[in-house]
Amino acid sequence: MLHIKCPHCGMRSQNEFSYGGDATVKRPELGKEISDQDWDNFVYNRKSLRGKHWELWQHLSGCRQWIKVQRDTATHEIFKTLKANEEIS
Amino acid sequence: MTQSFRLESGGLINRDKKISFKFNGKKYFGYEGDTLASALIANGVHLIGRSFKYHRPRGFFGAGVDEPYAIVQLYRNGETEPNIKATEQELFEGLEAKSVNCWPSVNFDVGAINNFLKIFLPAGFYYKTFMWPKSFWYKIYEPFIRRAAGLGTASIKHDKERYEHKYEYCDLLITGSGPSGLASAYSAAKNGAKVILAEDKSRFGGTLLTSEVNIGNQSGKEWADSIISELKEMPNVTVKNRSQVFGYYDHNMLVMSERISDHLPKTKKFHPKQRLWYIRAKEVLISSGSIERPIVFGNNDTPGVMLSSAAKEYLKVYGVLVGKKPLVFTNNDSGYETAIEFKKNGIDPIILDTRKEPQSEIIEEAKNMNINIKNSYVVVAAQGYKKVKSADVAKISDNKEELGSIENIECDCICVSGFWTPTIHLASQSGNKTKFNEDIDAFVPGISKQNEKTLGAANGIYTLEETLKDSFEKGNLLSKKITNNENKISFPNVVEKKSTVHDKFWCVPLPKGKNYKRFLDFQNDVAVSDIEIALKEGYRSIEHVKRYTTLGMATDQGKTSNLNGLQLVSKIENKVVPAVGHTTFRPPYSPVSIGAIVGREVGKHSKPTRKSPMHSWHEKNNAVFVDAGVWLRPRYYKRGEENLFEASKREARNVRTNVGVCDVTTLGKIDIKGPDAAELLNRVYTNAWLKLPIGKARYGVMLREDGIVMDDGTTTRISENHYHMTTTTAQAANVLSHLEYYLQLVWPELNVNVVSTTEQWAGAAIAGPKSREVLKKLFPKSDVSNEGLPFMGYMEADLFGVKAKIFRISFSGELAYEVNVESDNGYFMWEKIIEAGEEFGIQPYGTEALSTLRIEMGHVAGSELDGRTIPYDNSLEGLLSKKKDFIGKRSLSRKAFAVEDRQKIVGVVPLDKKTSIPEGSHLVKDSNAPLPNPKLGYISASCWSVEYDNPFSLAILKDGKNMIGKKLFVMSPLKNKVIPVEIVSSHYVDPKGERVRS
Ligand SMILES: [Zn+2]
Repeated sequence: MLHIKCPHCGMRSQNEFSYGGDATVKRPELGKEISDQDWDNFVYNRKSLRGKHWELWQHLSGCRQWIKVQRDTATHEIFKTLKANEEIS
Repeated sequence: MTQSFRLESGGLINRDKKISFKFNGKKYFGYEGDTLASALIANGVHLIGRSFKYHRPRGFFGAGVDEPYAIVQLYRNGETEPNIKATEQELFEGLEAKSVNCWPSVNFDVGAINNFLKIFLPAGFYYKTFMWPKSFWYKIYEPFIRRAAGLGTASIKHDKERYEHKYEYCDLLITGSGPSGLASAYSAAKNGAKVILAEDKSRFGGTLLTSEVNIGNQSGKEWADSIISELKEMPNVTVKNRSQVFGYYDHNMLVMSERISDHLPKTKKFHPKQRLWYIRAKEVLISSGSIERPIVFGNNDTPGVMLSSAAKEYLKVYGVLVGKKPLVFTNNDSGYETAIEFKKNGIDPIILDTRKEPQSEIIEEAKNMNINIKNSYVVVAAQGYKKVKSADVAKISDNKEELGSIENIECDCICVSGFWTPTIHLASQSGNKTKFNEDIDAFVPGISKQNEKTLGAANGIYTLEETLKDSFEKGNLLSKKITNNENKISFPNVVEKKSTVHDKFWCVPLPKGKNYKRFLDFQNDVAVSDIEIALKEGYRSIEHVKRYTTLGMATDQGKTSNLNGLQLVSKIENKVVPAVGHTTFRPPYSPVSIGAIVGREVGKHSKPTRKSPMHSWHEKNNAVFVDAGVWLRPRYYKRGEENLFEASKREARNVRTNVGVCDVTTLGKIDIKGPDAAELLNRVYTNAWLKLPIGKARYGVMLREDGIVMDDGTTTRISENHYHMTTTTAQAANVLSHLEYYLQLVWPELNVNVVSTTEQWAGAAIAGPKSREVLKKLFPKSDVSNEGLPFMGYMEADLFGVKAKIFRISFSGELAYEVNVESDNGYFMWEKIIEAGEEFGIQPYGTEALSTLRIEMGHVAGSELDGRTIPYDNSLEGLLSKKKDFIGKRSLSRKAFAVEDRQKIVGVVPLDKKTSIPEGSHLVKDSNAPLPNPKLGYISASCWSVEYDNPFSLAILKDGKNMIGKKLFVMSPLKNKVIPVEIVSSHYVDPKGERVRS
């Protein structure tokens, strides 16, 4: 079970969180024209990366905040966690 | 029967307390502190079962967790448990155990057995044997595999025992209470660190209980006892025996199973049987010691052949002789220690040492005791069937390839020592890449991946002094780092006998003309010849060899067999062992009972049960409940002898003709507040929300980004910046997370807050043509007329002193209202509604009638919004705004969603107007078409229409738009039904929706 540092609550066990996918995906702006390909990339196409990966988690059984977690998908090492409004650097 | 193999004195057992137990129906006696194994050996019982594949006799091989043979079915307090190692099971009064009915059992077809024996089960027998003939599968192969899948029989009764889970955090977790565990725990504890010391066995001390050493002028055991009692007194230390840390998971989380009651005849009241600890440790010190490995020789699975360290443990801990004419076969000094213990107790052992001229303090001591030592000697084969009677031995050449002439030595046990294998399981599980240590011919932990360090024998350090020094230091350093506190301990004086290097010899060659089975894996009957076959057949990877031959599988997970298997593969392949590599170590280290893993989450405790505030009223009024997610909802209210069908028809009909009331507390409710609330709704829902007036409700559908319908419900504008959203019962939690996602991550600029209020409100739907009459009585001061409270209107009103919210919304398709009050007033509200409605014939209705009402109205619910349908499929396309963008809108213009003959919701009526249509049935054009019959659609929901008094269903049908009026067939192979049906509009009742506005 992973140990995730919620930027709001501190170190908590994984079973308090739910996984929310790739944190680097940006939702296209509302009302803007977008090609089928770009839309498909947003909705469906994800890389299954090995290594460092920014992903979303929600602290569901805690503060309910969505957070960004930089995790190594192979080793599970967590390098950094950010609040929802903090930019991935 | 007397305990004829028990010594007059000695051991750590309590001889004042005699314990009776039964094995295979026969009564025996042992002492408090015995294991089942030690007590059986004391009674001269050496045959404990039959082997897995070949049905060969099985005895005892070890004295603990590494035991591959002595697996029994245990009976305790009316319950039974399989897969119990007799070497681990502590004796208690009344214990009963049986040999596991190993394959083949009496139940098994005898003819089949002969067949198998002819094949003689070579390597890969699972794969080769079960391939043909096909007709053998059900009668012979499947039962065989099922039997073979485990040793013993799991109980099918409900387990009355209680298992607990516990979460714990500590600075240092130390796994094992041998010298390294004790020393590191002690120095860490002295520095003030929070320490958990876990010991698998019932006694603390590990090898200190059996070795002849002296620490600080105390015997090893005395020293261990004093350290443990001091640790137990310290508030920062948790000391646990019968507790095995069996798994090392991510982020330094380890799981430990504590056997609290397994050693007792009966679990004490309010005590759990076992407790599973989830331990998050800052640092982990692995002090799990090492396991002796055998030397491979002919018939080395004969009962009476066992590890030399086990023989010593039976002597020193239990006062039990494993034999009276022991032969010790060793390639290192450990065998001498065992021989010396025999000698001290008046037994004359013979030592066969594979080494030519070893010299050490231990060997010197054995010589001084006049022990018969034969150098450059090996055991070629054990003789005897159910017990060792003698051993064929021979001199071996210096190159270890040539055997001299065979001599026969009479003996009743062969204590074998092939040196020591560090127990690296936890380190390996942690991600540590292990490395091969040539000096000890075994793998040891390499560079740490997590915060783990391995100490002592587990790290390949086999001298006590070095172990203690290293362990005191590591415990001190790691704890100091955490506590910033140092209390140096003076290192005790250590006396131990020096040993010399071991011989890397591990397998005795076969003598000419002999074809003895030489076993590597005793639990799975894997012999040297099996590995040879596997390699001949082309298996190379050690992981493949393992699976093909089953080497190292089953409950002992190859604790005694792995390394010898690797030695063999490396020898045949002409590779060094590290190049072969070892198979992956996976948790659990040793079997854990399913009960412990499940913990308290059984039966009703597996998930919470949610009840509405009106639950007790429903109970009192004969409600029959149904699980709706975690909620319990009334399915129907039984009157007299009514069944579900009759009751739900009555309830639904009463809604259509009079008035009914339904508990709708379970609906998800989300409070939405903020100046941008309307904007959020406008983006989340498919229809327009910016102009919803205060005091009005609106129906909305929300999509996922992929265009699939996520949920539907009504949202009401309570005040300027305040909305009340309802969701379906099932989607309540998902919708909240969905809103939070967009507010926190995608549109943080929106000034809106959302919070679940599902539990804050109790809800009752009052539906039917007479519902307004009921409302008038409930709210005499409010104007609930069609003008005062029109369809989709909202008002706040006073319900006999209780604040209420009235929403004029309808799921049933009738004139209807939903009244919400604060949960605490729910029961009061409900009683008032029943009271006020009495004169109008009000009846409560359950989910079954609710379904009937919505189905015949063509209102979609979870069975249509099933995560596979878009708005069009549900005839909700009228709710898609063309003027604005919303979540998922872009996906709706994808080609697949725009095909001409896209599926769409329709109504289905059987032609005979009688036959009920099973939900989930398929719709086909031709019921006689050859299989696979092309499926045009499926029945999503079925009811008995109370309006027309015939069956009616909703279906999602290909090209549904153009199918109205067509005749198809409903097919349900499950129910063996073929029903001719007509396709009609999904709006079966009141298609214009006049009633809700009446
Ligand atoms: Zn949090």
